[in-house]
Amino acid sequence: MDFYVIAVLTLDATVRVSAPLILAALAGLFSERSGVVDISLEGKMLAGAFTAACVAYLANSAWMGLAAAIVVSWSLAMLHGFACITHRGNQVVSGVAINILVAGLSIVLGLVWFHQGGQTPNLPNTARFTEIVLPGAEAVKNVPVLGELYYELIGGHNILVYIAFAAVPVVWWIVYRSRFGLRLRAVGENPKAVDTAGISVAWLRYRALMLNGVLCGMAGAYISTAQNAQFVRDMTAGQGYMALAALIFGKWRPVPVMFACLLFGFLDAVAVRLQGVEVPGIGVVPVQLIESLPYILTVVLLAGFIGKAIAPKAIGEPYTKER
Amino acid sequence: MTVHTSQPAGSKDPASAASSPPALELINISKRFGAVQANKNISLSVPAGTIQGIVGENGAGKSTLMSIIYGFYEADEGQVKVDGKVCTIRSSQDAIRAGIGMVHQHFMLVDNFSVIENVMLGAEGGALLRQGREHVRNELLRLGREYNLEVDPDAIVGELSVGLQQRVEILKALYRGARILILDEPTGVLTPQETDELFRILFSLREQGVTVILITHKLREIIDATTQVAVMRAGEVVAHRLTAQTSKEELAELMVGRKVLLQVNKADAQAGQVLMEVSHLCVNDAQGVRRVKDVSFQLRAGEVVGIAGVSGNGQSELLEAMSGILPVGSGTITLGGASISAESPKDPAQLRELGLAHVPEDRHRMGVVTAFSAKESAILGHHHYPEFNGKVLMNQEAILSSYKEKAETYDIRPRDPHLKSANFSGGNQQKIVLAREMEHDPAVLLIGQPTRGVDIGAIEFIHQRIIAMRDAGKAILLVSVELEEIMSVSDRILVMCDGQITGEVNASEANERTLGLLMANAQQEEVSA
Amino acid sequence: MSQPAGALPGWANKALLPALNIISAFLVTGIVFLMIGESPIEAAKIMLYGAFGYQEGFGYTLYYTTNFIFTGLAVAVAFHAGLFNIGGEGQAYIGGLGAGLACLALDAYLPAWILIPLAVVASALFGAAWAFLPGYLQARRGSHVVITTIMFNFLASSLMVYLLSHVLKDPGQMSSSSREFAEVAWLPFIHNMLAGMGISFDESPLNVSFFLALVCCVLVWLLIWRTRWGYELRTVGSNSTAAVYAGIKPAKVIIWVMCLSGALAGLVGVNEILGVQHRLLLDFSAGYGFVGIAVALMGRNHPVGIVLASLLFGALYQGGAELAFDMPNITRDMVVMIQGLIILFCGALEFMYRPLLVRLLSSKAA
Repeated sequence: MDFYVIAVLTLDATVRVSAPLILAALAGLFSERSGVVDISLEGKMLAGAFTAACVAYLANSAWMGLAAAIVVSWSLAMLHGFACITHRGNQVVSGVAINILVAGLSIVLGLVWFHQGGQTPNLPNTARFTEIVLPGAEAVKNVPVLGELYYELIGGHNILVYIAFAAVPVVWWIVYRSRFGLRLRAVGENPKAVDTAGISVAWLRYRALMLNGVLCGMAGAYISTAQNAQFVRDMTAGQGYMALAALIFGKWRPVPVMFACLLFGFLDAVAVRLQGVEVPGIGVVPVQLIESLPYILTVVLLAGFIGKAIAPKAIGEPYTKER
Repeated sequence: MTVHTSQPAGSKDPASAASSPPALELINISKRFGAVQANKNISLSVPAGTIQGIVGENGAGKSTLMSIIYGFYEADEGQVKVDGKVCTIRSSQDAIRAGIGMVHQHFMLVDNFSVIENVMLGAEGGALLRQGREHVRNELLRLGREYNLEVDPDAIVGELSVGLQQRVEILKALYRGARILILDEPTGVLTPQETDELFRILFSLREQGVTVILITHKLREIIDATTQVAVMRAGEVVAHRLTAQTSKEELAELMVGRKVLLQVNKADAQAGQVLMEVSHLCVNDAQGVRRVKDVSFQLRAGEVVGIAGVSGNGQSELLEAMSGILPVGSGTITLGGASISAESPKDPAQLRELGLAHVPEDRHRMGVVTAFSAKESAILGHHHYPEFNGKVLMNQEAILSSYKEKAETYDIRPRDPHLKSANFSGGNQQKIVLAREMEHDPAVLLIGQPTRGVDIGAIEFIHQRIIAMRDAGKAILLVSVELEEIMSVSDRILVMCDGQITGEVNASEANERTLGLLMANAQQEEVSA
Repeated sequence: MSQPAGALPGWANKALLPALNIISAFLVTGIVFLMIGESPIEAAKIMLYGAFGYQEGFGYTLYYTTNFIFTGLAVAVAFHAGLFNIGGEGQAYIGGLGAGLACLALDAYLPAWILIPLAVVASALFGAAWAFLPGYLQARRGSHVVITTIMFNFLASSLMVYLLSHVLKDPGQMSSSSREFAEVAWLPFIHNMLAGMGISFDESPLNVSFFLALVCCVLVWLLIWRTRWGYELRTVGSNSTAAVYAGIKPAKVIIWVMCLSGALAGLVGVNEILGVQHRLLLDFSAGYGFVGIAVALMGRNHPVGIVLASLLFGALYQGGAELAFDMPNITRDMVVMIQGLIILFCGALEFMYRPLLVRLLSSKAA
């Protein structure tokens, strides 16, 4: 029973940690499936987190914060598009630029606006996304096994967690069942085929980046207004890169990407739980090792030792019409 | 390469063709890219239900013209009329709406999509795929029956043969309701059989009233397939002819603007000892597909051996294996006393040491580094030679003076050794490559497509150089898809088809007919087997 | 970084376009200053004075410059071979570990003239080793070096946290850092050297690694443009099929170029660990690896450009510190933002003004 409680709590933490990863990884999926490399997931999330915290505090509304985060992240995605699609700039360079720009700008503005060393003030619960208690959860809370499961794992999350998991089938449906999805998959493989079919490659990629911006903004808002209650320096702490790793690990497909995010989230939850704990027969497992596992696993996957990650064929190449 | 259904005069009633407006009419189309006038005052009128040929050398402006009609570029001046009505075509979408379809030289297909998905891309018939999918499936079946264009709608396009992929391209255009179909160099990648099949399809399209525009630089195809032909040279249409009233000779002359010197002046070959030998060679390409199958031949001193064949029949892989770029699958290559096989491979640098020189088929992909200055491109592959190097640093003076010498001998223009390789014309880039490969006194010289994209003046020069090398006792292998070139430069001709050598002919006894039969040979055997 | 069609004269391409890009970056910076209610002119004055106006400040500027030269060269070398090494950060971090381990292990036994060269080699080797695996995986398994080097940055960070909190931690210290090295392992400070020559110069962290950085610039220039290895490296970078045709093995070149790139980044450890900190500590690489990307882009991957761009960033870092002191509304993060803007305008939007210039110049010519 004790083990069961720990397992449920660990899985519960897994879900919480995975949610922003899922949102960001799905954002990356749109961009990369369209042929635009996006290593600026990190920067857009950070911008989203900062904006959401600022606006939620000032307007005392988490939803306003979310909306603002989406707008800002969307604008950054458009900047990425302006550089990579319109001006055919190097996509990796543009991503690096956005990440560094946001890392600096968020603190610069935060300091001026709130005078707290770049942090934003603590958010009251009214300006946060708080946990939703599912109907009947209190009642069944004490029912062994299933009650626990319902109360802790299924219930007790904030709305963005549910949105993140609901986004997976929605994205799947868009990618595989809609006209936009067909064109999206085509443009990442062979943009010329799309162009000669009379579809604008640039506009299609811009639309992919718009979706990308919206999802990144949500991921950012989650971090500062749901998972935490303020913005602090560098608070995304590499989660954007982790999402990118999950995107690769899930081979650019929505459902496997979700499982990759859950795996990485699980490793994080386990690392927290194992901190300083003596594991029988092994001793203390260095937390850093478990935290590194997502990166190690992704490298191993990329090296082709477990399966093969084949990126969209046209990824990273600006599209130019040739004579 | 014989087309049986050739009937150039068209089956439509000439009177009705005259009364109805032309399917496509171009009036004074001009287009320039920077300093280059790609198209100049082009006018053309294509009657409905005919096959219009457009013929011209590489760079004559054919592809630019078609890109304008298909909305890839906008013309600087001029008008396009479809069915007698002025039509503004600003994008491919506009072209499709006007009933124009295009089959590109390089197929515009998504390899990992099914045939259905490829056909419906851009014409999905709604925001959801489900309804469209069934419609496309039914349409594909109907079009397949109507025009003899059957393809499995659920096949993954990347797994289809080249000929079938081309069918998918045609189906894509027809599905969009194309009444005017443009084909840009459609036979370059096809076997003779597939070419025949394509022409049959085009004839049946013509019978159904579809207007076809066939762009090619192969005169035979113009003669075999078209109703009328326009000849392009240096961005202009220089002549219109009814196919029935012209000849290959006349068209060739119109294309290049003067009598072509098809015969290279040369003495008979004095074949000497064997310098390189290929025996039972098999080669796989990068994807692991076997492209060269059990090929054996010898290269002798003082002899040019030509390899003829439709492009894509293993010639490229043969060249690359012989020069050490692709690994030998099985069999052996002997050169300069060394034996190269799968077990004892040699890289291109080692083969050069053994006396090999290689003029690659595609100079942009391999021959020169376009970002490098001319003098740097002129030492590619020889950059590690002691003559160009000091103890640690490269010997800049040696590199420069060696380049200046070569530039003189080969008349490379402009002379500037520091000019970027990209800024030289095709002919001069090719001269840089030839100078580099020939001036190192190799024993064996492998040459791929030496005159592709090269102007006429340079072609003669290059052919003379090859003959001079032969007369100096080198063994030369010449791979070219231009039959005229093969026949006029080589002493002995091997024909390749589907990775095999299907025949050997003495150049003095060769004619296009016998070579053409050999180029198709292996396929027919396979079919009957 | 392919160039769109349309010709520009050399001077416009080499001078005007980069100048416009940098001006744009600083214009946007100026706007941000105005937004937060500070005068950009005033700020520029303070920064200039802070960076060049007095000896200590100038010393700091050159000390930062040293780091940026190393990481800028690292990015540039890889770029010439067509590789984008964003792992400079991790390679610098691990390079420092190499220097630190050498000193911690041997500072009791060896004299300075053996120990210091050994530690320098160790930091280059460790940096190279950290770049070797991404290079190897790119060359032999086709794993994209951009992604793997990002992953290796995180791995470097985790590894260092583990080592410094478990293995190398000085028990007498509260913070996660190693013991201080014996003085034999310290690189001479410039102010001490000048004092030895009778010239007085205020104390600053500037040390002899600055000269090592300049030597590296010359060596890198020679390597890329004057040796056959450089020829091979550039061939692989601009046309890898031509490289194969020429008998060059791209895989081999990619691996050693990545190692060289990592070694250059690793030399940051010499400046930081041997020169200034004299012990191993967390996060001493402080984003220098990422600045290298901006430096290389701005310096157009040429050593001379890299020295100039490094000097600019050195001045920004030092001037930025001064600014943070004088203007309470501003922190060093302003410099990070400027860095982002420079990467954006000089890198991603490199060709933004090109069509405009082409039109302007051609209309003038016509």
